[in-house]
Amino acid sequence: MALLEIEDLHATVDGHEILKGVNLTVNAGEVHSIMGPNGSGKSTLAQVLARRETYEVTRGRVLFDGKDLLEMKPEDAACEGVFMAFQYPVEIPGIGNAYFLRSAMNAIRRYRGQDELDAMDFLPLYKERLKLLEMDEKLMNRSVNEGFSGGEKKRNEILQMAVLQPKLAILDETDSGLDIDALRIVAQGVNAMRGPDRAFLVITHYQRLLDYITPDFVHVLVDGRIVRSGGPELALELEDRGYGSAEADAHAALPA
Amino acid sequence: MSSSVDTIRGLAEQDYKWGFVTDIDEDRVPKGLSEDIVRLISARKGEPEFMLEWRLNALRHWFTMKREEGEPKWANLTISPIDYQAISYYSAPKQKPQLENLDQVDPEILRTYEKLGIPLTEQKLLAGVAVDAVFDSVSVATTFKGKLAEMGVIFCSFSEAVQKHPELVKKYLGSVVPQTDNFYAALNAAVFTDGSFVYVPKGVRCPMELSTYFRINAAETGQFERTLIIADEGAYVSYLEGCTAPIRDENQLHAAVVELIALDNAQIKYSTVQNWYPGDKEGRGGIYNFVTKRGKCLGVNSKISWTQVETGSAITWKYPSCILQGDNSVGEFYSVALTNNRQQADTGTKMIHIGKNTRSTIVSKGISAGYGQNTYRGQVKILKSATGARNYTQCDSLLIGDRCGAHTFPYIEVRNATARMEHEASTSKIGENQLFYLRQRGLKAEDAVSMIVNGFCKTVFKELPMEFAVEAQKLLGVSLEGSVG
Repeated sequence: MALLEIEDLHATVDGHEILKGVNLTVNAGEVHSIMGPNGSGKSTLAQVLARRETYEVTRGRVLFDGKDLLEMKPEDAACEGVFMAFQYPVEIPGIGNAYFLRSAMNAIRRYRGQDELDAMDFLPLYKERLKLLEMDEKLMNRSVNEGFSGGEKKRNEILQMAVLQPKLAILDETDSGLDIDALRIVAQGVNAMRGPDRAFLVITHYQRLLDYITPDFVHVLVDGRIVRSGGPELALELEDRGYGSAEADAHAALPA
Repeated sequence: MSSSVDTIRGLAEQDYKWGFVTDIDEDRVPKGLSEDIVRLISARKGEPEFMLEWRLNALRHWFTMKREEGEPKWANLTISPIDYQAISYYSAPKQKPQLENLDQVDPEILRTYEKLGIPLTEQKLLAGVAVDAVFDSVSVATTFKGKLAEMGVIFCSFSEAVQKHPELVKKYLGSVVPQTDNFYAALNAAVFTDGSFVYVPKGVRCPMELSTYFRINAAETGQFERTLIIADEGAYVSYLEGCTAPIRDENQLHAAVVELIALDNAQIKYSTVQNWYPGDKEGRGGIYNFVTKRGKCLGVNSKISWTQVETGSAITWKYPSCILQGDNSVGEFYSVALTNNRQQADTGTKMIHIGKNTRSTIVSKGISAGYGQNTYRGQVKILKSATGARNYTQCDSLLIGDRCGAHTFPYIEVRNATARMEHEASTSKIGENQLFYLRQRGLKAEDAVSMIVNGFCKTVFKELPMEFAVEAQKLLGVSLEGSVG
């Protein structure tokens, strides 16, 4: 059974149709990359899968681990194992990073009927992950994302992912605004988590990130539809020829 | 978008859990206000002549203040008219006047306090908190009096202080909040029935937190308590105050006065968690909380620190203030005020700098949800004599939903050019993006809101004693429950 099955997904934002029939199947253990020009619907797809309520699904079906994802609230989807690394991580003043992360972890553990972790149990867990992402421990006592640099925010997203261990991780343009070192560290974090029980949906505008995270599949999203799918070589081709060609192909491929 | 607004809107709608009524016999004077009533109250309490005179002077002054002019109108509040003659100014549980120990307290009252989570038993000693409990108008029990007495600390009901320490009462009563200070303070001075009294002698650091729990039980009564705290030279005391009331359809008036006096090198820390009944969702009933709280840093290097968490009451009107008279004295005000449903709050502080190198800090956090209206009103006054004075003010407002309001009125008056003033203010809304971020990590919508609000209040909560901080956090959570659907 596929981990994620998207069938004919249509979604609107403020009455505008952004997704116009997306079909995609992702199996556990796979890394899929969604590429496409600005405004093609990449981020909308991520937000819909994370169940953001400002995005309205008008048609289609999404199964996650065999369950109807579109019936879930954001927190239920999270507890079922859907994680999204935000393109613009949000600041929560006054709430310590470590406290927040432990609260999130315990919310998920409660949902799954597991015992909650106290601060002492939690400490070694996140310290180990911090090291992986070459993050300063001091960041853990600061408020969530407050005063973090762009790179620190993105690394913090990957840290959360590494601690929460989701089944499906969606990276929404995690590479945007990252310098090459931060990009390498983020990729390292993702690569360390690749495994047979986990899938990734890596959304990106540029091919750059895929030099570090090699996807199993690349999909090109144009105007709310996936118009081409292929292996990692597709990303390189797009790099050479740009999205223009893919769009042209898309129009050629459309039914009359 | 609309669903998340609804979600946020739901958050304020939680039932009041402290709304029960205790069935006890009460001794109550007839409704209305006159010299006879004041004489009656004073006689019931067996007060010395000076107290009666003091009360009558206050009453006579109050009568000269015309209702229309007397009731403060400058506050950003909508108040339905109060019929001062329809209030009974004295209600006491029927009891023997003097209680020697807790066994003599009406068991019904003790059960009430237990429901409120205030064990009046000596076990509280372990927690290091001494409790004075004011039920309607009368102080019913003061724990650990003995232990404190060994150190020379006086902690008793106001009535007892009048009897046993009249010289202290006479010296300090009205020295910070005169009878004529304002309409409600004058009313309080005339009819106040009890309250707490604390005196910490020279050089004594009070070994435990002193605490008062106020509760309005009877219908159609007001509660007019008066608290007087004196920290003598080099003394330190931390005082906590908590309040609840039963659910009633009519509004009940609570007009208290608190006076603090800190002598040379003394320090007073006064913390309040106010959770009076706020009224129902449509704004019926609830407590009118019209309180005058003021501290005087009389001595050099003295310090008075107010911390308040105001979540209850239909209307809150209070400005815990500091008169910084002694050189190098320090005044602090940390406040969280939450208004939900139809609640209104107009609260803030006054910092009056008189002495040299006096410093004050103001941190105000206003949270508005439902149709709540929240106003910060503050005055920082640097007098000519206050060379080298400093003030730091930070006012932050947080809006939950789109039907509430936040208002800020900071007044600054500087008459000495050496003063340094800083003022920061912000208004923010709990954003859909913040909520979504927390929910995407697995937190329920309500927990997410609660977390954001607690983060917003953090700088104030860390000023509260540990136990109170935990209670305050829970209270905020409860007060906001249901505002997320």
